[in-house]
Amino acid sequence: MYHNYELMPTIERYDAIIVGAGVTGAAIARELSKYKLRVLLLEKEAEPAFGVSKSNSGIIHAGTQNHPDSLKGRLCVAGNKLIREISAELGVHFVEVGQLIVVFDEADVAELDRIKREGEELGIKDMQIVRRDWLSLYEPNLGSEIVAALYVPSAGIISPYRLVYDLTENAVKNGVVLKTSHRVAGIRRLSGGPYRFEVEAAGSKYQTRFLINAAGLFADKVSAMVGVTDFKITPRKGEEYLLDKKREHIANHLVFPLPTPTSKGILIIKTSDGNPMIGPTARDTGDRSDLATTEEGLNEVLAGARRMMPSIERGDIIAYFAGLRPAAGKDFIIRHETAVPGFVNVAGIQSPGLTAAPAIATMVVGILHGNGLVLTPKKNFHSTREKTTHLFEIPLSKTRELIQKDPSYGDIVCRCEMVSAKEIREAIRRGARTMDGIKFRTRAQAGRCHGGFCTTRIMKIMQEELGMTVEEITKRGEGSELVREERRHG
Amino acid sequence: MDERELVVVGGGPAGMAAALAAGAAGVKDILLLERDQHLGGILNQCIHPGFGLHRFKEELTGPEYADRFVKQVTKTPSIEVSLRSFVVKLTSNMKISYLRPGALEEVQAKSVILATGCRERTREMIPIPGTRPSGIYPAGLAQKMINMEGWIPGKEAVIVGSGDIGLIMARRMALEGMKVKAVIEIQKQSRGLARNVAQCLDDYGIPLYLSHKIARIEGADRVEKVVVAAVDDAFCEKPGTRFELSCDTVLISVGLIPENELLEMAGAQVDRKTNTPVAAEVNRTSIRGMFACGNACKVYDLVDSVTRDSEKAGQMAAQFLKEGK
Ligand SMILES: Cc1cc2nc3c(=O)[nH]c(=O)nc-3n(C[C@H](O)[C@H](O)[C@H](O)COP(=O)(O)OP(=O)(O)OC[C@H]3O[C@@H](n4cnc5c(N)ncnc54)[C@H](O)[C@@H]3O)c2cc1C
Ligand SMILES: Cc1cc2nc3c(=O)[nH]c(=O)nc-3n(C[C@H](O)[C@H](O)[C@H](O)COP(=O)(O)OP(=O)(O)OC[C@H]3O[C@@H](n4cnc5c(N)ncnc54)[C@H](O)[C@@H]3O)c2cc1C
Repeated sequence: MYHNYELMPTIERYDAIIVGAGVTGAAIARELSKYKLRVLLLEKEAEPAFGVSKSNSGIIHAGTQNHPDSLKGRLCVAGNKLIREISAELGVHFVEVGQLIVVFDEADVAELDRIKREGEELGIKDMQIVRRDWLSLYEPNLGSEIVAALYVPSAGIISPYRLVYDLTENAVKNGVVLKTSHRVAGIRRLSGGPYRFEVEAAGSKYQTRFLINAAGLFADKVSAMVGVTDFKITPRKGEEYLLDKKREHIANHLVFPLPTPTSKGILIIKTSDGNPMIGPTARDTGDRSDLATTEEGLNEVLAGARRMMPSIERGDIIAYFAGLRPAAGKDFIIRHETAVPGFVNVAGIQSPGLTAAPAIATMVVGILHGNGLVLTPKKNFHSTREKTTHLFEIPLSKTRELIQKDPSYGDIVCRCEMVSAKEIREAIRRGARTMDGIKFRTRAQAGRCHGGFCTTRIMKIMQEELGMTVEEITKRGEGSELVREERRHG
Repeated sequence: MDERELVVVGGGPAGMAAALAAGAAGVKDILLLERDQHLGGILNQCIHPGFGLHRFKEELTGPEYADRFVKQVTKTPSIEVSLRSFVVKLTSNMKISYLRPGALEEVQAKSVILATGCRERTREMIPIPGTRPSGIYPAGLAQKMINMEGWIPGKEAVIVGSGDIGLIMARRMALEGMKVKAVIEIQKQSRGLARNVAQCLDDYGIPLYLSHKIARIEGADRVEKVVVAAVDDAFCEKPGTRFELSCDTVLISVGLIPENELLEMAGAQVDRKTNTPVAAEVNRTSIRGMFACGNACKVYDLVDSVTRDSEKAGQMAAQFLKEGK
């Protein structure tokens, strides 16, 4: 018997397990890593940020267009403030570009007044109704029928996936354990001891005192594993279309129309990588895997964008994608489940979830504390992270200095976006394991040729760095291999 | 700063022919910059025969055709070649910045020839609705994977567009044991050469669907199938004509676009639709002393014509350096 006992796998035990490494789970993990706790972050995909958090508009919303009493509204305004600190600490590029909500009809100015009043109730500062003369000066490409706009200066932009990667990386540096390709398949409640849950993922079992469900589109499924079934996720699809970087300066602000009851409408978006983007649509879909773009979606987005900026053309589009908003009713659901002590649901994190994530994290840590998690701050918490270098962000003079230090900065792999071999290797060292992971981190393959020139070179670098065979390289995890067979000559 | 009479950007057939012709016309000090580790450009991956029939009256493969020029270039003392040199900046007064491993270099030229070639039009430019799984390749990328690396992308392929690269790749994949289920072309005629339709499709029993388009790509992680539909004269889908083809690979061969981002950066006029330089004459640009040749100037079908026209670009640059026009 003693023999058998030796062979039994030891069960890893944690103070908290977080399900899902999207922006919500990553922000919670990083917040918890400030304290002396054992924390595990489980993600079913091959890398973090492969869920909703990779396909969104990348806007750090000011908080307008949310009901003043809503969780969404409060956490959005709080998140907008926190994201500035976090991006400075982690070296993520955040730009406060400001937002314009435009109207085509004098009669709608009253609606702008209402949005402004509601925003002020939430604490949004310095909003101002601007007229045609202002618009012609500061947003000259707007259509001539636009009569006025609400200017909201505190809205900004960020790279959503880089935010997730940097949060996760910092959390791991501070002791959080990250396991990717680990889908939570079952949860067993334990009674008696301090460990209240046994979580099964990728054939292993993990025990924990507290369990946090941040599973995005699958949050209702994970919640159902502990018997809480009073909400359902209804995915709402949004199609987005990216324009060529040559159009970078087409807009100076984020441009919004008046919102509809279910969405903020078709927007003209600035992205932190330079390419403008138009979208998103908003259509409920029953299918959590329905990420297809459609002809109707394209037409709707083009028409909506061209109404505000007529010089946008179909030919400007260089890429497109769809994302699913994990909606569960109108508001976020963030609560400790009293019927299942130790279990916290963080569900229905639809827009503005990216913005709200840091505030959600603070709130969740507060909930955990209120329910018995002892928080002892770490003395040696690393609040900062060495900023990732992107040649496309820096002037040539800086590039020259870098090349003098490390020649491989001069070895350009992706010519459309100017990404060097050094940056690709660095991305892999920081955790990239797939072609998409490299693209999201570095922009290589994200430009106008879509990897036509650099794909094979990147695949070779991956082989060198990770010792993979070419058949093992995937676009975004198992099942998405790029090459069926290598003909080894000779 | 380094100073040169003439800088040629791009070491494909166009850049090599231009540099050689300029040298022959008396330009003494030519710098040829190539991003890749070899000269030859896209010809290096075109291992099929069919090059040089006009120029050399014999049938060569792409690399063989390129090699004839590489030999001449290396023999010509007035041409200095710099490989792995990627031009990142060009100004209207012909200052060039380029990166190479270990250095960022700057050079002041009196005249510049841009021979930067083409990139492929992508799925996103058509654009094809549906999902975005793995298994969708620009045809030129698939050509590079198979011919240069020996990487076979999948088992069953459908090709979108009947340009020459797509046709040649249909045959190539068939020879490598893949099943090529169809070539789908939205126009009424193939865009490629008739001889390629005969030798690459007919001889291998690969069906060509004219006046058809891909209405959707499906598949979660890897391509699973495409939905095909017939179109009318206005390229609109004809209702009731949809059918499906299962496949794990989709090649996109819907044409090439000149790479003229450097020219645009220098402030020269570039047509927004075709991405070609706007000028009165082939090989010229709207900036005096700055020339463009080969696929960067316009999309060519045959490399023989690229060589012929690019030689003229070299002579034009020589004349500009001598006479200022
Ligand atoms: C089109 C669109 C545009 C948007 N624009 C904006 C915007 O501009 N600004 C803004 O603030 N918000 C925006 N949003 C909302 C924002 O993207 C989301 O609120 C946010 O990304 C949600 O993050 P999350 O971490 O909760 O979910 P996710 O990113 O989906 O993370 C959940 C993770 O859980 C994993 N997972 C699921 N089940 C399991 C399991 N059983 N085991 C292990 N792991 C599991 C998933 O793989 C996933 O990685 C937009 C959303 C969409 C769709
Ligand atoms: C993918 C593809 C496949 C093709 N297949 C065939 C075929 O099978 N048969 C056929 O007859 N024709 C084919 N063609 C057409 C063929 O390209 C032309 O006949 C000819 O090669 C064009 O010559 P070029 O010198 O203008 O361009 P290229 O051969 O493309 O050469 C351009 C060169 O410029 C370099 N360059 C670009 N930008 C920079 C920069 N910023 N700095 C430094 N260097 C730079 C590139 O690395 C490249 O070497 C193909 C074209 C493509 C794009």
